[in-house]
Amino acid sequence: MTTLPTHTDKKLGLVIDLDTCVGCHACVISCKGWNTENYGAPLSDQNAYGADNNGTFLNRVHSFEVQPDEGAAQLIHFPKSCLHCEDAPCVTVCPTGASYKRVEDGIVLVNESNCIGCGLCAWACPYGARELDQAEGVMKKCTLCVDRIYNENLPEEDRQPACVRTCPAGARHFGDLGDENSDVSKLVAERGGMDLMPEQGTKPVNKYLPPRPKDAMPEFDVLAPFLEPVAEEPKGFLGWLDRTLEKL
Amino acid sequence: MHPAPSVIFFTTFSGLGFGLLFFLGLGFPAVTGWTAFAFFVIAYAMAVGGLMASTFHLGRPERAIKAFTQWRSSWLSREAWCAVGALVLMGLYAMGLVFFDTRIMTFGISGAVLSLATVFTTSMIYTQLKTIPRWNMAITPVKFISLSLAGGALLAGQVSAALVLLVIAGLVQIFTWLEGDKALAASGSNMASATGLGDIGGVRAFEPPHTGTNYLLREFVHEIGRKHSQKLRAISLLLMVALPFVLLVLPFSHFFALLAVISHIAGVLTARWLFFAEAEHVVGLYYGKR
Amino acid sequence: MTFQQPKIDTSPHVSDEVRKTTCYMCACRCGINVHMKDGKVAYIEGNKDHPVNQGVLCAKGSAGIMQVNAPSRLRAPLKRVGERGSGEFEEISWDEALQIATDWLEPVRKDNPEKLAFFTGRDQSQSFTSFWAQGFGTPNYAAHGGFCSVNMAAAGIYTMGGAFWEFGQPDWDHTKLFMLFGVAEDHDSNPIKMGLGKIKKRGARVIGVNPIRTGYNAVADDWVGITPGTDGLFILSMVHCLMKAGKIDLEYLAKYTNAPVLVINNPGQSDHGLLMHDKDGKEVVIDRKTGKLTAFDKPGVQPDLAATFEKGGQTHRPVFHQMADMYLSEDYAPEAVADRCGIPAKRIRAIAAELARVAFDEAFELDHEWTDFRGEKHTTMTGRPVSFHSMRGISAHANGFQTCRALHTLQIILGTVEVPGGFRFKPPYPKPATAHPKPHVGVTPGSALNGPHLGFVHGPEDLALKEDGTPARIDKAFTWENPMSSHGLMHMVISNAYAGDPYKIDVLFMYMANMSWNSSMNTRGVIDMLTDKNDDGEYVIPKIIYSDAYSSEMVAYADLILPDTTYLERHDCISLLDRPICEADAAADAIRWPVIEPDRDVKGFQSALCDLGAKLNLPGFVNEDGSQKYADYGDYIVNHERRPGIGPLAGWRGGDGASSGRGEVNPNQLEKYIENGGFFVEHIPAGSNYYKPWNMAYQDWAVGMGLYDKPTPYLFSLYVEPMRKFQLAAEGHGDRQPPDHLRARIKEKMSPLPIWYSSEDDNKADAFPITALTQRPMAMYHSWGSQNAWLRQLHGHNPLYLPTRLMRENGLADGDWARVTSPHGEITVPVLEMAALNENTVWTWNAIGKRKGAWALEENAPEATRGFLLNHLIHELLPPKGDGLRWANSDPITGQAAWFDLKVRIEKAVPPAESQPGFDAIKSPVGRGPKDLKWKVGK
Repeated sequence: MTTLPTHTDKKLGLVIDLDTCVGCHACVISCKGWNTENYGAPLSDQNAYGADNNGTFLNRVHSFEVQPDEGAAQLIHFPKSCLHCEDAPCVTVCPTGASYKRVEDGIVLVNESNCIGCGLCAWACPYGARELDQAEGVMKKCTLCVDRIYNENLPEEDRQPACVRTCPAGARHFGDLGDENSDVSKLVAERGGMDLMPEQGTKPVNKYLPPRPKDAMPEFDVLAPFLEPVAEEPKGFLGWLDRTLEKL
Repeated sequence: MHPAPSVIFFTTFSGLGFGLLFFLGLGFPAVTGWTAFAFFVIAYAMAVGGLMASTFHLGRPERAIKAFTQWRSSWLSREAWCAVGALVLMGLYAMGLVFFDTRIMTFGISGAVLSLATVFTTSMIYTQLKTIPRWNMAITPVKFISLSLAGGALLAGQVSAALVLLVIAGLVQIFTWLEGDKALAASGSNMASATGLGDIGGVRAFEPPHTGTNYLLREFVHEIGRKHSQKLRAISLLLMVALPFVLLVLPFSHFFALLAVISHIAGVLTARWLFFAEAEHVVGLYYGKR
Repeated sequence: MTFQQPKIDTSPHVSDEVRKTTCYMCACRCGINVHMKDGKVAYIEGNKDHPVNQGVLCAKGSAGIMQVNAPSRLRAPLKRVGERGSGEFEEISWDEALQIATDWLEPVRKDNPEKLAFFTGRDQSQSFTSFWAQGFGTPNYAAHGGFCSVNMAAAGIYTMGGAFWEFGQPDWDHTKLFMLFGVAEDHDSNPIKMGLGKIKKRGARVIGVNPIRTGYNAVADDWVGITPGTDGLFILSMVHCLMKAGKIDLEYLAKYTNAPVLVINNPGQSDHGLLMHDKDGKEVVIDRKTGKLTAFDKPGVQPDLAATFEKGGQTHRPVFHQMADMYLSEDYAPEAVADRCGIPAKRIRAIAAELARVAFDEAFELDHEWTDFRGEKHTTMTGRPVSFHSMRGISAHANGFQTCRALHTLQIILGTVEVPGGFRFKPPYPKPATAHPKPHVGVTPGSALNGPHLGFVHGPEDLALKEDGTPARIDKAFTWENPMSSHGLMHMVISNAYAGDPYKIDVLFMYMANMSWNSSMNTRGVIDMLTDKNDDGEYVIPKIIYSDAYSSEMVAYADLILPDTTYLERHDCISLLDRPICEADAAADAIRWPVIEPDRDVKGFQSALCDLGAKLNLPGFVNEDGSQKYADYGDYIVNHERRPGIGPLAGWRGGDGASSGRGEVNPNQLEKYIENGGFFVEHIPAGSNYYKPWNMAYQDWAVGMGLYDKPTPYLFSLYVEPMRKFQLAAEGHGDRQPPDHLRARIKEKMSPLPIWYSSEDDNKADAFPITALTQRPMAMYHSWGSQNAWLRQLHGHNPLYLPTRLMRENGLADGDWARVTSPHGEITVPVLEMAALNENTVWTWNAIGKRKGAWALEENAPEATRGFLLNHLIHELLPPKGDGLRWANSDPITGQAAWFDLKVRIEKAVPPAESQPGFDAIKSPVGRGPKDLKWKVGK
């Protein structure tokens, strides 16, 4: 049934720290590797060694330049995958019931055996989170590593999405955003975590932590006392040196 | 949006086919026997052909039957039901007309309603998408239905109705273009909201995630020059409305009528190409393509 | 209606087995868990227990599976059958291949071993390959450090006995201000990312100094978009500010550096400017307690930074006085350097003040007792939470050595090296330059070389010159042109061998170095040198042997190919004898082992060298009875002893496997490593892990581990005396004299205190005002990434990024093409705008452009049609100066290739069909890859 559940027990999702992401694409490839080998069909690649090479990825890292009114332009790396929206438009448009949102944790999944590959869910998603696999003909999307986070064949510490486990800078956090006491919820509260395209009304579960203010070092006037000269000339400096050494 | 031939063909011909069925169902023209047969063949060829075309854009067409399951929530599923309902009822109605010279009005009227409902549900597949502001407007279903009716009237040889409906459809089309051009800006979705970075300053896409292409770019990002689109709009209006109108006003001739139909179909195909090609999906914002 | 959803298996089988080894997708050497299904590699993730990456893994590492499956893998030894460069080969057996190599090399060794030039590229087994070369007897061996980052390594080791690279790290747990200068992403890449994440979480400030605001600089709190090549000036200006304000750690300078050491004042004489030593050869200082002259390391001595010493009518002053004279000069005032550096004077002062504030106002103490080398007991360790890191960005300039030295000077005057919160060494560092070998070039036909090839010179007497004063090495390392070239000059080998300058060679033997493409400056020229023939129809460079795992551009230019394995099919050791994986708190090394067996007729290069060494009867590679000593590299790793009890691996030594560091050979050592996840860690005891160069507990521990044979405490060399010795030679003192045309340069550039100089005039900046840089994307390593079906989707071609100003001035828009001209060449390439970029700088991603036909890619692959190399614009020589001499485009001190000094001009171009210059396709010796991939191992 492709209506959305009225309530989910948890709201599992990611918190992505735009202040820390260095744009290394580690999450992109780790995701590609895990999801090629696991849930559903492998993520295929077309023209893998030729021109116009392309393939299915469930997570991609964009980059944006932002030009403040004053000061230098900033570069922000921007990983993007399924946001597991509470009001997921991709689910309700699905004609076959292949797309659904799980009651227990809110993860949005595609049941690939029911997918006819009509693409409508991808049309309905504002974030570009869904990609139709060209070899399999079914819709692929982030599963939040549903086959890792509960997987009893993995050590407990590894029961987190592949992208989170691999992120070198620790810019990705996983947890229950429905629980206000969870680490991720606290992080969102502390750092002013935000929704992408809130006007679309999708109520994304994943949150983005905005970059901290950049190029905000205090002006020299504030810091000047730290550079008060002890002398203007080398000779005076050596005098200062002698006096200071006496005190050591 | 990528103007895929399958969807252009599908929406154009199913619109015309169901438009024709609508008129046939209501008894315009009140044909029976082989004449009716000919009308229904044309209508079914268009409606069914359109529907068949739509399966070409499926990744797994062999599972298409599953699309009937989600009528409670999915417009695509509803469309499937309406289409099948319309075709079955109109089929029974047609059999009465062709073989028994009998008009079963219950079938005809309900088939006509379902035919129109099919066009409506098709339009709602597009209208519902907030991600494509140009489509996400109340006028979109009006456009689909007005065009379907105009085309149906034309095909059904209902000259006076067609004249009125063509003008209405043309006006609606012009209105959707004018409104559509403002839709993305009015939607509130822009690079600032897409990235949440607008508070820092002006946002500009830098490196894309991958240097090559991907499904999203192929499917959702189609850029068309303004001049080019204005030209196509003019051509489509000319073919879809103006030329058929003139041909219908002229003293009746089967040749002119055929020409009017061909011109109208060419115009609708052009307009439908524009419908997709001009539609800006907000995901393009992440690629700096809006 | 109740909500229905499918039941899914949330605990699927993950893998049959996890094999733990070491990554080789770049130089970072992370631990990886290789998940196996049906005996095949199914998935690769980071190893959580591993000291380097602690479970995380970058894009390259996770994409390893596509490298191991790449269609570009060589399949068997190859013998060239067409012309060089054609790519025409026939596959031959290993027996035949090794016999050909032996037939070529045996006469060379017998007659004149220097006619073999053996250079290895991204080699992680340099202690082994150098051992082989030493046994062969050729002086001509080095790896690729000369064009990578030798300035950084040499400056660090000469100055403070350790360098950045992966040889040290900020104290991520305590630092509060981290300042990052131009960094290469492929060294210590995951640790730096992990560290940045850690300190950002704590709210520490990160300052990035780089003309380009990408990657680490994008997340830096403050970005200093410096003009390339002026970092040294910026740093010395901060040194000026800090000294002038007295914001320097006087106690640290007095106790742990040569700042208080007296400098001989004897103008015109051969010892003028040398450090004063006592009769035991120890540097002398004045003891503040007694006012007397004394060796620096006597118990209880309190070296005086201020006192001078009168003798022979001369006043001898300490190093620190000279620093005051030099750096308090207004030449280094922020106002004097601001325009040149492209940084407002106020900003320079603000950053210097912030450094001072954090270093001194936020100083802290750790409760660790320790005893220094003078026997003084300290109850706590003083921390100064300012740390720095840097790499190639400041290194690959002609002023790179002195710039790196300037940065170390800044660190040292703030007292932030080897202290809590500062920069810390990883074993085997700290290790002063004097504890390293000197270069050896003693050639005896039919015998081994008289010692290790590379090392650290301490004066003209250590230069690698022949009796007649000509260079002993083919790359002219350790000569007057670049006396302190500790890593050799691989980038000059082909050029010199072709020119017969200093001499001709017979066999060029290379490993994993893409010299006919992205690893050379002047790519076209190098291709021509490799393919040019003498009048007699023979190639100018007669024989070329090359080993690589993949069908790189270089394969086509060799005569004999020894196909290497991929990194999951081989043994390797990441050794303490070489470049280990240590942490600041631990000694650590690691192995690779064949987690899968090759499915092709290939062999690990080092194993091939074991075979070849035995066939050539090289010392160290044969037993007394003449039989082959090491069956393969794995055998060598376990059984080789460099010194008694010291072998390639430090873990599980001794017959019972209970010894660490020193111990007899343990035949089960590799099994122990495998059991432990592929690595070995020995933690440095608490209290020994800071102040290491002077901390006796650390020194004793290091001796126990076999890092030194005796405790080796030393002073940091703010003043590098060997440089003064070269200056003295240039001033006419001593027997070994530089050629006249180099005298002035040596006098000026070999300043024993860091200086800054510009190379803009040499690079014709008046006509070519824009600096062109490359940098490595985080997801690609050298040329390797393009054969990887996943990674090449991330970077399939590379635009040239132009700052907004240059885009406007040249009427360019994204997607347009520009002609980029340097004094040497011209390329025509696609451009994109970047605002967060120094306004006089353009840049592109490194080594994305590919030759058609290489790497098993289709000939119309974007790497070949839109990708490009900046290498075409760079020459190994500077533009002619009109004096008829060949001036290398290198740092005059170390010979480091100065490829970041590249100057260009830009103009809009009519878009060509493909990036220019275009090259013909080479025939792929491995065919082409499959069209589509739908990869899943096991079910």
